[in-house]
Amino acid sequence: MPVNGKSLVFDFIDKKVAVSPSARVLLQILNIFGAHLKYGVGIQGLAWMKRKLVLVGNGMAGVRTLEELLKLEEADVYEISVFGSEPHPNYNRIMLSPVLAGEKTIDDIVLNSRDWYRENGITLYSGESVVEIDRVRREVRTESGIRTSYDRLLIATGSTPFIIPVPGSDLEGVIGFRDIADVETMLDAAHHHTKAVVIGGGLLGLEAANGLMKRGMEVTVVHLMDRLMERQLDDPAAAMLKQSLQAAGMKFLMEAQTTEILGDERVTGVKFADGTRIDAGLVVMAVGIRPNIALAQQAGIYCERGILVNDTMQTFDPSIYAVGECVQHRNTCYGLVAPLFEQARVCANHLAQLGYGRYEGSVTSTKLKVTGIDLFSAGEFNQSDGDETLVLQDAAHGLYRKLVIRDNRIKGAVMYGDTMDGSWYFQLLRDATDISAFRKTLLFGQHELGDAGHGDARILSLPDSAEVCGCNGVCKGEVVDAIVKKGLFTLEEVRAHTKASSSCGSCTGLVEVLLASTVGEGYAATPSKKALCTCTEHSHDEVIDAIRKHRLQSMDAVRSMLAWKTPDGCASCRPALNYYLLAAWPGEYRDDAQSRFINERAHGNIQKDGSYSVVPRMFGGLCTPDELRAIADVADKFKVPEIKVTGGQRIDMFGVKKEDLPAMWRDLNAAGLVSGHAYGKAMRTCKTCVGSEWCRFGTQDSTGLGVKLEQLTWGSWMPHKFKLAVSGCPRNCAEATIKDFGVVCVDSGYELHVGGNGGIKVRVTDLLTKVASEQEVLEYCAAFIQLYREEAHYLERTAPWLERVGLNHIKQRLLEDEAGRRALVERFRTSQHFAQIDPWRERAEGLEANEFTPIRLAQFSKVSVGA
Amino acid sequence: MSEWIKVVELNQIPVLGARVVRTEAMDIALFRGSDDRVFAVRDACPHKNGPLSQGIMHGHSVTCPLHNWKIDLTSGEALGPDEGCTNVFPVRVEEGMVLLQLTTNVAAA
Ligand code: SRM
Ligand SMILES: Cc1cc2nc3c(=O)[nH]c(=O)nc-3n(C[C@H](O)[C@H](O)[C@H](O)COP(=O)(O)OP(=O)(O)OC[C@H]3O[C@@H](n4cnc5c(N)ncnc54)[C@H](O)[C@@H]3O)c2cc1C
Ligand code: SF4
Ligand code: FES
Repeated sequence: MPVNGKSLVFDFIDKKVAVSPSARVLLQILNIFGAHLKYGVGIQGLAWMKRKLVLVGNGMAGVRTLEELLKLEEADVYEISVFGSEPHPNYNRIMLSPVLAGEKTIDDIVLNSRDWYRENGITLYSGESVVEIDRVRREVRTESGIRTSYDRLLIATGSTPFIIPVPGSDLEGVIGFRDIADVETMLDAAHHHTKAVVIGGGLLGLEAANGLMKRGMEVTVVHLMDRLMERQLDDPAAAMLKQSLQAAGMKFLMEAQTTEILGDERVTGVKFADGTRIDAGLVVMAVGIRPNIALAQQAGIYCERGILVNDTMQTFDPSIYAVGECVQHRNTCYGLVAPLFEQARVCANHLAQLGYGRYEGSVTSTKLKVTGIDLFSAGEFNQSDGDETLVLQDAAHGLYRKLVIRDNRIKGAVMYGDTMDGSWYFQLLRDATDISAFRKTLLFGQHELGDAGHGDARILSLPDSAEVCGCNGVCKGEVVDAIVKKGLFTLEEVRAHTKASSSCGSCTGLVEVLLASTVGEGYAATPSKKALCTCTEHSHDEVIDAIRKHRLQSMDAVRSMLAWKTPDGCASCRPALNYYLLAAWPGEYRDDAQSRFINERAHGNIQKDGSYSVVPRMFGGLCTPDELRAIADVADKFKVPEIKVTGGQRIDMFGVKKEDLPAMWRDLNAAGLVSGHAYGKAMRTCKTCVGSEWCRFGTQDSTGLGVKLEQLTWGSWMPHKFKLAVSGCPRNCAEATIKDFGVVCVDSGYELHVGGNGGIKVRVTDLLTKVASEQEVLEYCAAFIQLYREEAHYLERTAPWLERVGLNHIKQRLLEDEAGRRALVERFRTSQHFAQIDPWRERAEGLEANEFTPIRLAQFSKVSVGA
Repeated sequence: MSEWIKVVELNQIPVLGARVVRTEAMDIALFRGSDDRVFAVRDACPHKNGPLSQGIMHGHSVTCPLHNWKIDLTSGEALGPDEGCTNVFPVRVEEGMVLLQLTTNVAAA
C-alpha cells in the first residue's frame, strides 16, 4: 500500500514498468506531454534521471527559493546548479549598510556558506556571469564559456543601481550601492579621501551616507526633492529625520539637480544646475534601481519594466521561472526582501510541482537601518480626498505618528521616534480591520486597548498570527512556539531556528520582548531594551528625570514614586538606582553597599575561585622604587600567588583572600598607594606615553598631563568604566584614540578625542576639539565626564552613549555653551569632593568590617556533607 | 533532634545583604531580607560553586556574582530556566539573635 509520497512514486513506476520495456523512455515520453512526474524521488538507481534546475543570480531571492525547495521532499527530483556574477556565496545584501558603518563584518552577513551548497549537492559557479540563454536547446552559457543545460531555469538577477547619465558619471570613484564590491570601493575611498557626496536622499542613500560618515568622511547628501525619503515619509517625519541626521553631522543639499561630475580620471567634485559645485573624492549614486532584465530580454522572454511573471512566478516560457527584484508581477516591481521571500515560497512550490500556492502581491513597510533612528512607514500615507488623518506630534521628545484612515480602515502609517506599534498598525492595515470601535485611542498604540498598560503588552497582546518579522514572514505564534518547544534562550537561537530578526534586524526589539516574556527571568536582556529592567516599565531616562524633578533621594522613594513591581528591585536595577542617586545627589545620598556588585562592595575583582585581585593606582603609569617595594612587600606578606603587569599600566596581585583585603590595604596605604578602581564602573586608568620628557618625537609632557588628569578624575563613579590616555604625539603610543577620553598632543596644543573603546567592539574616538593649554584639557575633560555621568544610562559606555545622543549634542553642550560647560565642571568638582576618599583607607580603618569578617563557629566542624 | 546554635546578632547582617559563616566543613551564607527574614544556605552556587554570599539580594532570592544565576533562598533552588539546588538550613531569629540548626537537614541532603 502506498503510505507516503515515496512509495506512491514507486507504485506508479512499478505499474508503468509493467507495461513498458523501459521506465526511462516512458517517463521521457510522458514528460514531453507535460505530465508532472515525480520520478527520481529517493530512488538511488534512478539518480541519472534527475532533472536539471539552473539558477541564474546567486542572490537573496534566488537562493531563498532553493532553500524553500529543499525543505520539500519533492526537491529530490533536481540536480541544481547556481551561477552568480559575484565572487561570494549568498549573503545578506540588506546588511551591507551595517557593514559599511562598521557594525558588522562581511563574514557576519554570509547567509549560505560554500559548505551549504556542498552539503545540499548544489554546484556553485561563483564569479560566473551568464551571458546567454538558449531557449531552444535549453542551455545557458557563461562569459567564460561554461555551458549547462536545464529542464527548469530560474532567473533571479536582481536589479542594478541607476546611474544618472550626466557627463562624468563614468569617472573612477562614481559608484552605486548594491554589492560587496561597492562597499569595498567606499571603504577604500574613506581611507584616501575626506569628502563624499551621496546623490539621493532615499533609504539607500541615507544608509550609505551614514556609513561613510561613521567611517570618518564628510558627507553631503544631494536630493532632488525638498523632502527626504519622499516615497516613505510625509513632511513632518522627513523634517525630523533630517534634523536628527544633521545633528549627527550629515550635510544636506536639497532640491539640487546634478548636471555634471567633475574630474579627469577620478572624480573631484559635483556640479549642479544652478552652477554651484562641491568637492568630492567619492560619489555614490542612490537614485533608484532598475530591474536587471538584460539577459531575459536578450533571450526573448517577455519583459516590460521587469520580467513578466504570473501568480506562480512563471514567465512566458513555461520552463523558465523568475523571482526577486528583476520581476514585474501584477504591474509591480518590488525592492524589499519581504515580498521576494513570499515569491520564493510560491516559486519553490511550483518547481516542486506541488501545484498549489499563488503569489498575489504584497503590501510593504519600510524601516531605516541607521543606528539610533526609529522610523516606520507603510501603505499610502499621503491623504487624498475622502481620507481622514490622525496625527500625534511631540517635537520635544522626537515623536511623531500619522495614520491615514479611509472607511474606518488604516490605509497608511508613518511613525518616527517610537515605532513599537508599527507592526500592529501594519497588521490592521493588511487585514483591513475596521477600527471604529477603538478609533479614539488608536493613535496611542495598542497598549491603550486593554487594561494591561505596559509597553511590552503591545506585542504580547497581538494575536499569534501577527507578523513579527516582516522580512521572513514569521508570525508571533511561530516564535513563541519555537522558544517553548526548542528551549531557546537567546536572540541568536531564535534567529537560527525561526529566521525571525535575521535579515534586516529591525524587529529585534519585538523578538526580544517575546523572548523575555516567554522565558521570563532566564533571558538576559540586552541593554538596548527600553524599560530599565523587568521590575519597571520606566526607561532609564524617565528614572533619571524623576529623580531630579521630584528630588527623590532614596531607592525606596524612586521605587514607590514610579510604581516598581518588586519591593526591593533586582540585581539589575539596584546598582542602577544606586548610581543615579549618587550622581544626582553627591554628598547627600548615602551609598548603599548592598546594591553594588560585589567587586565594588569589596573594592576588588572577584575571581572564579572566589578570591580577589588587588590593583593599586599608579597615576599616569608612573611609580617610584618605594611604591614597587611596598607592592613586593605586601605580596610576600600575604602570600599573593601571582603578580602581573596589566594592560592599564599598573600592577595586579591575584588570588587574595577576602579577609586579607583590609590588612593588605593598610600596608599599601601606608606607602601612599590608593585603590585603582580596577573593579568598578568608575574612572579606571589614565595611560600615558613617555612624551617630550624623553621621547625624541614628543611634543608635550604627556606623562605629566596624564598624572594631572588622573588626579582630577580618580574616584569618580560612572555609568560604566571610563578610561583615559595621553599620547605625546600622533604616533599615539598610549592608544588615546580608543579611550573614553583621549588626548593626542601636537606641536600647537592638544587634540581632545572622545567616545572610544577597545573591547569586543572597538570604536575609534571622535575628535571633540583642539585646545592650546593643559588647563583647558583638564576643564574639557571634567565637563565631558560630568555630562556623561548625568546623561548616560547605567552600563552604557561613552561610545554607545555618544552614538545615541550624537556628537553634535556633545559639541553643543561643551563647545558652544560656555556657561554650561563651566557649570558642568563645577558639578564635577563638587561630586569629586565626596568621591575622592580612598575606599581602602576607610576600610582599613574599619568601615564595613563585617563585609570582610566571616563568622567562625567551632561547633560547626562536626557538620559533614555528602556521603 | 539537633540543637539550635547562636550565630550572630541580626543587626550584624546588612539588610538585603549577607554574612559568611565559616565552618570546617563548609561556608554557610546568612541572608537578611528587607522584612528581616533570615535565610541560611550553603555558600556555593549550584552552577559552579560561586560564593552566593557575595551576590546581590532581592526579595527572597539572590543573584550569584559569577554568572548571574538566581537562587531562591527559601528552597535553595535555582530559578527560571536554570536547574540545580544548594542546601538550605533551618534558621530563626530570637530576641535579635540568629539561631541556626544543622545536622538533620544536612544529613537529609
Ligand atoms: C587585569 C586586566 C587584564 C590584564 O591583565 O592586563 C583586565 C582584566 C579584566 N577585564 Fe579588561 N582588563 C584590563 C585591561 C583592559 C583593556 C586595556 C586598557 O584599559 O587599555 C581593555 C580594552 C580597552 C577598553 O576598555 O576599552 C579591556 C577591556 C575589557 C572589556 C571590554 C570593554 C568594552 O567596553 O567592550 C571588559 C568587559 C566589560 O567591562 O564588560 C573587561 C573586563 C575585564 C574583567 C574585569 C572581567 C571581569 O569582569 O571579571 C577582567 C578582570 C580580571 C580579574 O579577575 O581581575 N575588560 N580591559 C587589565 C586591567 C587594567 C587595569 O590596570 O585596570
Ligand atoms: C545597501 C542595501 C540595503 C538594503 N536594505 C534593505 C532593507 O532594509 N530591507 C529590505 O527589505 N530590503 C533592503 N534592500 C533590498 C534587498 O537587498 C533586495 O531587495 C534583495 O537583495 C533583492 O534580492 P534579489 O535576489 O532579487 O537580488 P540580489 O540579491 O541583488 O541578487 C541578484 C544576484 O544576481 C547576480 N546576477 C545578476 N545578473 C547575473 C547574471 N547574468 N549571471 C549571474 N549572476 C547574475 C547579481 O550579481 C546578484 O548577486 C537593501 C539593498 C541594499 C543594496
Ligand atoms: S581578555 Fe577576557 S580573560 Fe583576559 S582578562 Fe580580559 S576578560 Fe579576562
Ligand atoms: S557559579 Fe553561580 S552562576 Fe555560575
